[in-house]
Order: sequence, then C-alpha cells, then structure tokens
Amino acid sequence: MMERDLMDIRAETDELTTDKMWVIMGPQHPFSHGLWTLKVELDGEIITDAEPIVGYLHRGWEKECENRPYAKIVPMADRLCYAASMTYSHLYCMTVEKALDIEVPEKAQYIRVVSDEICRISSHLMWLAAVGTDLGNFTVFLWCMREREYWMDLFVRLCGARMTTNYPRIGGVRNDITDLFDRDVDRCTEHFEKSLWDIITLIDDSSIFVSRMKGTGILTREQCVNLGITGPAMRGNGVDFDIRRDDPYETYGKIDFEVPVMNDGDSYSRYMVRVEELFQSCRIIKQAMQKIRAIGKNAPYRLKVPTNVPACTAMCRLEDPRGESLMYLVADGSGKPYRLKVRSPIFTNVSASKPLVVGSRIADVPAIMAMIDMCLGETDR
Amino acid sequence: MDMSLYPHAVAMSAEEFTTWSSAMINDLLSAGTKKTVDKLTGPIWSWAMKNSMHPLHWGLACCALEMAAASAPRFDAERYGMIYRSSPRQTDILLVNGWISKKIRPEIRRLYEQIPNPKWVVAMGECAISGGPWYDSYNTVQGLDQILPVDVYIPGCPARPDAMIDGFMLLQKKIDDYFARGVFLED
Amino acid sequence: MDTNAVYQKPSEDEIKTLLSEKFGDSVQVTKTETRRVYAIVKRESIHKVCEYIHDNLTFEHISTVIGVDMVSNMRVVYHINNYFNGCVIELTVDVPNEDLHIASISDIWVGGNWHERETWELFGIFFDGHPKLERLLTPDTYEFYPFRKSYKMRGQE
Repeated sequence: MMERDLMDIRAETDELTTDKMWVIMGPQHPFSHGLWTLKVELDGEIITDAEPIVGYLHRGWEKECENRPYAKIVPMADRLCYAASMTYSHLYCMTVEKALDIEVPEKAQYIRVVSDEICRISSHLMWLAAVGTDLGNFTVFLWCMREREYWMDLFVRLCGARMTTNYPRIGGVRNDITDLFDRDVDRCTEHFEKSLWDIITLIDDSSIFVSRMKGTGILTREQCVNLGITGPAMRGNGVDFDIRRDDPYETYGKIDFEVPVMNDGDSYSRYMVRVEELFQSCRIIKQAMQKIRAIGKNAPYRLKVPTNVPACTAMCRLEDPRGESLMYLVADGSGKPYRLKVRSPIFTNVSASKPLVVGSRIADVPAIMAMIDMCLGETDR
Repeated sequence: MDMSLYPHAVAMSAEEFTTWSSAMINDLLSAGTKKTVDKLTGPIWSWAMKNSMHPLHWGLACCALEMAAASAPRFDAERYGMIYRSSPRQTDILLVNGWISKKIRPEIRRLYEQIPNPKWVVAMGECAISGGPWYDSYNTVQGLDQILPVDVYIPGCPARPDAMIDGFMLLQKKIDDYFARGVFLED
Repeated sequence: MDTNAVYQKPSEDEIKTLLSEKFGDSVQVTKTETRRVYAIVKRESIHKVCEYIHDNLTFEHISTVIGVDMVSNMRVVYHINNYFNGCVIELTVDVPNEDLHIASISDIWVGGNWHERETWELFGIFFDGHPKLERLLTPDTYEFYPFRKSYKMRGQE
C-alpha cells in the first residue's frame, strides 16, 4: 500500500514541471571574494545554466602602462594580484629583462625564487582561510590568518612592506636580504611545516569539509585543458604540468622539488594539490636560502639597466599561485611600453565556471568556486 | 502621551505616520522634553553603536586583505565590536576598500541606500580616497566622495590593519558627536 | 616528415619543418628558441593553422589572444601551449584597419573565448564565428575602443 502510494506520487510529479529561475549571486555576496557576479539558472536546487560576469574592478591597467615609464610600472604590477603581489612585479621585471636581453645576477634570481614562494604560501593561506569561512568553519580562518602573519612579517624584514612590496627591480631586486630575514626565514619555515599539520587535520577530520568538497565540481582532463584552466585547479585534474619544472625560469631548474598532481578532478583533489604545494614551497625556500648563503654577502644583486627598451617583442610566463601568468611586451624603443598585455590565470579559470557548476546544487557553489581562488585585481586588470 | 488622541496608531499609512510623528515631535520640542530625552539617552545610543560597529563584508581590492588581517588574531578588530555582516540591511558602516570602477558605481550607491540609518561611510586606501595609482584611468571614479558622503578616510596603499583600526576609533568619536547632537525620534 | 601524423612532443625544429611543409607560404617561422617557436601567419589561414596545431601537434592549451594596435594595422597574437614538453608557439597575425575581421578559434580551444571577447571590446577586432561577442569588462554604455592608440588618456601626448 505504502509503496504504491509513493509510486503514484512519483508518477504525478514526473508530469509536473518546475519553473526555472535565475539567481544572481554578486557583486556583493559572501561567496564571491571580490567583486564578481555568478548568474545561475536553477531548477529547484540543481543548477542548469550559469554565467559569470566580471569587470567590476576594470581600470585599464594595460592602457595606463602605456602612459608610464618602465620603472614606474613595478609598483603598479604589485597591485594586479594583491594576494601574491610579488609574482606579478617579478613577471613584469622578467619580461623587460628579456626584452633588454640581460641576465640578472644569480643571487637576485634566488632571492626572487624565495620571495615568490613566500607569496605562494601567503596566497594559499589566504585561500584556505577563505575556504574555511565559506564552508562554515571559522577556526580555519583564524588559524590560517595567524600563520599568514608570520610570512607577512618576513616580507617586512625583507623589504619593509607587508603586501604590496615593490621589491623586484628591472635587473635584480631592490636590496640584499637583511640579517633579520636571514635569521627568521628558517624559523618561520620550520614552524609553518608543523602548524600546517594542525590546519590540515582540522579540515580532513571534519566531515563537513570533506563531504562538501568530495565529488563536486568534477571535470575531465580533456575538458579542463580545453577550457584553459591552469594552476592547482588543473593539476587536481590530472594534468602534470608546472611551469616551474617544465619551462623553468630564474633558478627553479637547479632546485629539487615535486609537482603534486591528483587525478580525481573534484574540489577535494584541488584542495589537496594546494596543500601539498605549501609543503613543496617550504622545501624550495630552504634550498634557495642555502644557495643564497653559499653565494655570500657581497655578491651583486642588481644590475644597472638602460631606461629605454629597444624595439622588440618579449613574452614571459611564470607559475602564479593560481596558474599560468603571462606578460607580452611590445616595445618601440622609447621609455614607455608600446603595449603590455597581462594574461591572468583567473580570467580564464572563471570563464570556465559554467561547466564547473552546472549539474551541482546551489549550496555547492561556494565549495566549487573557492577552488578557483578568485583574485579580481588580475582578472579585470 | 495619550494614545487615544491618535486612533490610527496601530496601523497607519506613511502619510498619517509623518503627520503623527511630526506633531508628536513638535509637542515634545515645545515642552522641552526632547532635549531632556536626548541628553539622557544619547550616551546610551552612542555607547551601544560605537561598541558594536557592523561594517559591510565587502572586499574590493588590496585593502580587503588587510581588512581580513585586521579581524584575524594578530590585530583582532573584534575587540572593538567590529563584526562583518554580509547583508547591507544588518550593517551600519559601508567600508569601501578599493578602486571604484564605473561598472560598480551604481551598485555602491544601491548598497549605501540599503543600509538603514544612521549610517557611516569609510574610505580605506588611496584608491577610495582619491583614485590612487589609477589617476588617469578611463574607467575609475577618482575618489569615493564623488558619489557618497564619506565620514572617515584611512590613507595607505594598502592601509595597514593598525591604521584601519585607528580609523575606526576615529569613527567612534564621530558616532559620539552624532548622538550628543540629539537624534531622538529623528530616524 | 609526415604532416598528417599526430606528434605528442614535437621539438622546435620539427614544428618549424611541419608548419612550413604543411602550409607553405601562409606560415612563416621567424625564430626558434628553447621551447619557443615564433611564426607569422596570414589572416586567411589562421583557423586552419590552429586546428592543425591543436589536432596534430597536440597543443592543448591556449594562453592568450592578444590585440595590438600598430596604428598602420591591427595585430593579433596567439600563444599556444603544449603540456607535454612545455613548448609555446607564438603566432602573429596582421589584420588590416579597413577590415577588422579574423576567424575565431574559440571552437578549437574554449579557453580562448574570453580573450577574444576582451580583444573585441578593447580594440574592436571582430572574431567571426565567436559564440558571444559581448562586452565583458567595460560598462555596456561605452561606445569607444579604449585600447586603441587613437584613444588618448589624460596626460598622454
């Protein structure tokens, strides 16, 4: 009797149709870290269509660069991706150096590697903190931010600024590493490797986190590659590619580290890749600091470079915490760039949000989109 | 006050309410009661409001990370009662911490209108103060005060968390002044 | 070399010979470096070249579609990636000012979709066959192409 009733109800509901509804999440929404909008079409709880809207932070960065001398673009590049500010100013300096055809001193290269990895760690920690608040665990936020402060302090020791460091220069870095930085970097790394385990245990032992991340936002390898997703989100989909290892820049070729790759292609594997990257970054920092100490204190760390760049084009790319960043410079022989283009990883990653969220429930959207690690400054430029 | 004078006090239209409340305020003003009530209750309002400042949880750009760092263990802005709320209806402070593009301009205005009175606006960082490094851009508004009345400016690029907390302590003074002026039955 | 075979990890020289054998005049490889190939492509054959690079040379990922205003003409630059050996092909295409149209490659690599939209809205280069050529970054009310050299910003001579 009971069973037949249920069958009847099911037969009736099959004929019922639901109205589809567009829900606009953003630009001010707790799930969007930054200003962007995700329009989703809902059939009940299930997402049937999605459209991301960006551009709320567009300020014409590339056009403004055409109005500035080369040296003045370094602090502007810091403000492209503020969670990992050094990577973009580093990339910009690398691109101009390539156009000038100069090689920076080895010491400067190692210092850049160290500060890039510190950026990666602080950016990933910021991301993990955001994941914590998104998925409903405030302790993760507090612990990650506490750890992040130590890395911010290291930046203060290195160059005096917390976030937008303005530290790389065309032809090297602004100053040599300070004694305090030299002293604290190892302490910080060792402390972090221990305390990271606390955070991981907190997340992996919590069924809330794991059940919301496992099996959501699944893409196949082919989809992921074709959509242009890069970075940890891509390596969680089984693509074994990391510019640091496969197209080495600076001195990454001389450093021994592993590239974590997971094959599941869901949010959880993207999370695992990022956490493993944190450990690898610590490993890189330790090795690079040994090399810096071996080079010695009086080695040069900056070259004198001309203010004008000869007419040419130059392309450079590096592994951002979020994916592949690329800069393309067209120089015309004057003191200002003719055209400077930034390829931001998030710009392409967020364009793939439709295949990521379609088919999942609306409650899973924060868990899926958090794995993209939004940073709107570089997306909108 | 005799409520029987106002038989529609339970349910009245907006027009009726305005007549009713202005008549009531006039009564109180002429009797000097409002001044007394303001003097007595002002400190209570201001104590309550300045110790539970609820800014809008709205991260725009670089300063948003410092805003997050300010509420994290090292700086701990929550000891000043600062709790970020995600809905503008639950907040009283609009904290703008980034450059304002022409595309976001109407949304900022709308968020401001959605916040219930009394409300305050804080411009954090150079971009919100004056356009900052993007002074010649075709797509940014050169300063938040071109579209909203700003109460506190927090300079810095980005402003350090300490600076942000300092700015909010200035805002507390401003809240004090506001309630000392007497606002009973105005909003 | 067999131009129809599928190569997973083509070296720089292989790419150079393959491209010039297959397409003759319309592709001109100007320079090769370690893991970099630079080529100039004629506008008419860009879609065919991209299809070949994607299908036969296994370049699975497109990094960017870049617009450059060279005043005398427009230029579109593609950076295409191989995930197996880290090689990048840079294709440069010149588009004349009178006819700002070029074939869209977003059907080959979906990742190029937004880059083309951006290039269209900032430079006014039309990508034929693009599924959705709408404004992305700037407000809908904009009626100028801000990245063109003819648009001057404050303080720009």
